[in-house]
Amino acid sequence: MKPIHRAAIVLCTALAAAAGMVFAQEPSSTEREIEKYRAALGEDNPAELWEARGEALWKEKRGPKAASLERCDLGVGPGVVKGAYTVLPKYFPDTGKVQDLESRLVTCMVTLQGIPEAEAKKNHFGSGPKRSPMEALAAWIASQSRGMPMNVSLSRPEEQRAYEIGKAMFFYRAGTHDFSCATCHSRDNQRIRLQDLPNLTTPRDAQRAYTTWPGYRVSQGELRTMQHRLNDCYRQQRFPEPEYASDAVTALTLYLARNANGGVYDGPGVKR
Amino acid sequence: MKTRIAPAAAAGMLAAVGLALASCAANRGSGDPEKAAVALMQRDFKPRGQATLDRLQQDQVQKTCSERAREAELPPADAERLQRSQLALIRYPQDGQYLGDWKAGEKLAQTGVGKQWSDDPAKPSGGNCYACHQISKAELSYGTIGPSLWHFGRIRGFGPETQKYVYGKVYDSEAFAACSQMPRFGAHGILTEQQIKDVVALLLDPRSPVNQ
Repeated sequence: MKPIHRAAIVLCTALAAAAGMVFAQEPSSTEREIEKYRAALGEDNPAELWEARGEALWKEKRGPKAASLERCDLGVGPGVVKGAYTVLPKYFPDTGKVQDLESRLVTCMVTLQGIPEAEAKKNHFGSGPKRSPMEALAAWIASQSRGMPMNVSLSRPEEQRAYEIGKAMFFYRAGTHDFSCATCHSRDNQRIRLQDLPNLTTPRDAQRAYTTWPGYRVSQGELRTMQHRLNDCYRQQRFPEPEYASDAVTALTLYLARNANGGVYDGPGVKR
Repeated sequence: MKTRIAPAAAAGMLAAVGLALASCAANRGSGDPEKAAVALMQRDFKPRGQATLDRLQQDQVQKTCSERAREAELPPADAERLQRSQLALIRYPQDGQYLGDWKAGEKLAQTGVGKQWSDDPAKPSGGNCYACHQISKAELSYGTIGPSLWHFGRIRGFGPETQKYVYGKVYDSEAFAACSQMPRFGAHGILTEQQIKDVVALLLDPRSPVNQ
């Protein structure tokens, strides 16, 4: 991790450069512009700021029990962070539920640190100075799976069930605009405006999309997790709001993560 | 006199049953994953702003087309029945005029606000046509989910039949192509009659940049 001020300077320079590229050239593909932005950033992915904060939060004694999260079982054994993101969501016998990373972190905050569930879920999407512990923790934990292939299991009946439910949610058209996730994400080589749309029903696109979240979103200046990505999809679908870290979001996440199996985790990425 | 359950109590009981079903569905359970998904969404989605929970209820078109997306093509007879049911919903303008102001239509085509929980329900919605279609040549930032509409009038003709078709298509796309991805802008009250006329003019006014 390089000093924060240096990263900030590089970021601002790169942002200006990227903005210049966007307006100066024939628009080709947003993805290509973001690629240039990534190249300009070099090693200085702004997500590193969240990763560093997340690692500190993981080790910090917090909550009424003044305990750290270092004994938290993320699915690969108590306290093991390496590779955890590649097996999630998965079934946990202690809660009797299929859980994604963020839902599991809530469980650990409640059980290990004694933080009430509502408190643990509060402030889940950060905004400027109102920072989210969840986004930082998710960034760091995900970064510890870099270079490892996605390996989401459906060996438990609960996991199979969640996958089927998630798939049904993916194709579920409703609301004022008749949209489903599939409206934008079930065909190859389509765009919305200039934004390339991954076909999340195919391994190739699902891998490329899933393995780069969480991501630093240039348009928001924030690091965002899969929970946030799906929340924002549902907003644009004109649906009501899915509750944070709920079973419904976990089911849909499991569907996407499983479709990405075999893809090498490469996040946290830099996103539009 | 038969025992009657007060509507509120009945609704409460239904909600409780729904919650219990959703819990079962979320964990293990068997049965139809579609039904389980609906029960789970009813439990885990919350109303926010104008996006209320009734939006999760599917009408017949949404239900049919969700199933179709996962399975095979819709059988032609079913597609025809679906289109006929939607054709009956279209309310054409009383004054018989289909062409509005293409400049207003261009603005509508550019903006995608409306009906999201983050939108002000007092403000008019947009059509967001450019999200999915190429329209005027000047706008380079267009999507490819729908076909290009550039030169639409020059290709399809400017006559009243074409005008009526485009009005109907924007009003309820499902009346002309079963399980189209395009929203039903009139049938769902996204755009007003005048707004739809403006979009028709964007495609069919000979002065519109679309036809230059």
